[in-house]
Amino acid sequence: MPMVQPKSLKYRKLGTHIAICAFLCLIIFPLLMVIAISFRTGNFSVGDIIPRNPTLDHWRLALGISVENADGSITPPPFPVLTWLWNSIKVAGISAVLIVVLSTTSAYAFARMKFKGKSTILSGMLIFQMFPSVLALVAFYAFFNMIGDFIPWLGLNTHGGLILAYLGGIALHVWTIKGYFETIDPALEESAAIDGATPWQAFRLILLPLSVPILAVVFILAFIGIITEVPMASVLVQDIDKMTLAVGSQQYFYPQNLLWGDFAAAAVLSGFPITIVFLLAQRWLVGGLTAGGVKG
Amino acid sequence: MGVSTTSGLMQGKYAWLKLLLITAIVALNGYAIIMMYASGEYAFALLNLVIVASGVYVFTSKRAYAHRYIYPGMAGMVMFIIFPLLYTVGIAFTNYSGTNLLTLERVERMHLARTYTAEGGTFDFAMLESGEGKYVLQLVQDDKVLVSSPLSPISNSELSARKQTLESSEVKLSHVEQKPELEVAQIRAITQNRQFLNSLVLVTPEGDELVMSGLRKFAAQAPLFTKLDKDRVLQDSGVVIPGGSALRNNQTGELMMPNMETGFYQYIDGNAEFVGNRVTPGFTVNIGWKNFERVVKDDGIKKPFVEIFIWTVIFAGCSVAFTLAIGMVLACVIQWEELKGRAIYRVLLILPYAVPAFISILVFKGLFNQNFGEINALLNAWFGIKPDWFTDPTLAKTMILIVNTWLGYPYMMILCMGLLKSIPEDLYEASAMDGAGPIKNFFNITVPLLMKPLTPLLIASFAFNFNNFVLIQLLTSGGPDIIGATTPAGTTDLLVSYTYRIAFEGSGTQDFGLASAIATMIFLVVGAIALFNLRLTNANKSV
Repeated sequence: MPMVQPKSLKYRKLGTHIAICAFLCLIIFPLLMVIAISFRTGNFSVGDIIPRNPTLDHWRLALGISVENADGSITPPPFPVLTWLWNSIKVAGISAVLIVVLSTTSAYAFARMKFKGKSTILSGMLIFQMFPSVLALVAFYAFFNMIGDFIPWLGLNTHGGLILAYLGGIALHVWTIKGYFETIDPALEESAAIDGATPWQAFRLILLPLSVPILAVVFILAFIGIITEVPMASVLVQDIDKMTLAVGSQQYFYPQNLLWGDFAAAAVLSGFPITIVFLLAQRWLVGGLTAGGVKG
Repeated sequence: MGVSTTSGLMQGKYAWLKLLLITAIVALNGYAIIMMYASGEYAFALLNLVIVASGVYVFTSKRAYAHRYIYPGMAGMVMFIIFPLLYTVGIAFTNYSGTNLLTLERVERMHLARTYTAEGGTFDFAMLESGEGKYVLQLVQDDKVLVSSPLSPISNSELSARKQTLESSEVKLSHVEQKPELEVAQIRAITQNRQFLNSLVLVTPEGDELVMSGLRKFAAQAPLFTKLDKDRVLQDSGVVIPGGSALRNNQTGELMMPNMETGFYQYIDGNAEFVGNRVTPGFTVNIGWKNFERVVKDDGIKKPFVEIFIWTVIFAGCSVAFTLAIGMVLACVIQWEELKGRAIYRVLLILPYAVPAFISILVFKGLFNQNFGEINALLNAWFGIKPDWFTDPTLAKTMILIVNTWLGYPYMMILCMGLLKSIPEDLYEASAMDGAGPIKNFFNITVPLLMKPLTPLLIASFAFNFNNFVLIQLLTSGGPDIIGATTPAGTTDLLVSYTYRIAFEGSGTQDFGLASAIATMIFLVVGAIALFNLRLTNANKSV
């Protein structure tokens, strides 16, 4: 088609550029707005996209530094944003590592070994992982209440318990890694086996080093998934200091006390690193995102 | 030779270690299982048993070698997906709720621990100074006088300084003929040591226990209820009450029994019929299909349930349709090779997907704010309108769909971009020969060819949005409320958030049983979607 109508093509390209730019303005507007609001004076005032009296007060509060007002009074930081960010990173990091370990070993068995009930378990996993954990929160609450009686650091209101709760969500990752393992020629491991390697050695010394890219993808996907998880974290953790970012940020929105500017700074501060990681990794992530579904 | 012996030794060593480890695990968990079983938590005892038994089998049996690799992952799935699911279904058949939290045994124990001030058991109380900051407690009833040995009390201020609370402690009393000739301390001494005195249990030589009942009074506390251990025949009707279940109120002489249908203790009349009020706290009992019946029959639940169900389906359907439409068009545009700057466009278009959803949702919540939000500020400046996005049901639903489309179109775009590559280029060339324009190409070639591989992903997306809890909870929390609903319910609630609010929001009426019944129904819907999807992909694969 491009070669057939060269004259209208120019206009069409221009039109497309204009349309995309207009669409992008609409899409990016909320994000630009939030950055602007984080520099705006006060928590309520409506203003322009570029603030007239830019201030760093909201950023100071988000970083945990008290702000001295013009009248001499001191505003303490409303919430421990950096603690929340650290909690989120800690919980998501540890959970993601464990999820990678659990799903890699499982995926290896599913990709390379023959055993009873393999296909049943594989399809069962896909069905069960579709059930939203929000609906079973009562059960989770009871479960961690019970565990807490025996192992206190895994009980309610602990990060240990939260990490444990996230370990159930491995089904999609198992599928993703399994799909990747199947693209690797099993002849490599077979020759290792002939040289006397056990299946565990073949897995650890041959297959694992070849699979680092997909493991990184699964790690990032699991990490982002847990960072943005709300319901489980909001029920299992109650102390302000132990909250994750996703639960804590809601604290800015109490009806009587909307801290719009403070929230904006906290949101940009904490959302920025995650967004950058995602954008940097997106080329690899795209494959991981589609793999689980397409091969399902 | 040497090498083989060492390796043999090593193996022996490991086997020994393994055996020790397994024994330790079995012993520890065996203890835990017995503890759980003893406290009535049968479900957890069973779960623990299944996990440990299968684990020990998998790691000891040669035949289950392959299963060793999947065991940790599967154990996680059983514990955190399948078990919670079954547990939830189990709760759906009980009256487990904010008012009926405990087991019958626990409630019975609580009732048996309740006390009342027995008649005629009141003593006048005074503190006598015995020197060196010590006091003798003196209790007088008619001509009976009881005293304690000298005590050194801890004052209230001292306690608060130490941030300590006192455990109750027993003090023995003894009979004396006459009041001791010691000076009676001023009432200030009593008020200053009130916390200490409150923690005391005074034991008379007869074995009665007295606790403080007023500034100058100590009184005998008798248990309010006694359990009837033997069968008892009611005089009026001859009905036999089996032993071990009824509690006798020692103050009034009435009998009360656990009502296994309502989950509360209730007093009974001469015919062993339940009369009188429920005695709180309640306990958890099995109530069969009643929670499900409430969803179908109770208007206060049925109407919001139906309304929310319809909205949930509309929401999920519209979300998929809108995100797909936008995502597919954008994917085609971005793949157009004549267009310059595609890489930048691509990154910017993916941006809404890269920002963590909980942040963007809260950002929109602020932007849509009726009075302070930037969206209304712009609308007001341009058109002079200020829509109330959070209080008008239709506007609230519109807002939710706008936000969800913003959040979701990049995912569809990414999917379509991947699939577009597999459409052979010559199809478009052939169509161009026939003089077809890009719009005709889009509808005649691109859409039909993309739809087939997309279908399972669209179904998965539908299921995801069907249960899109985070969006609703963070954006509107379900509001505005549905009028006439007996449980917390809002016009923008999805079934999941509705369930969540029934379980966790109602003040004091947290109805876990009802929430679980609705959750069970959602499980069935989601399960059906998942199975259907699995069939579909399998069918696709074989084609």
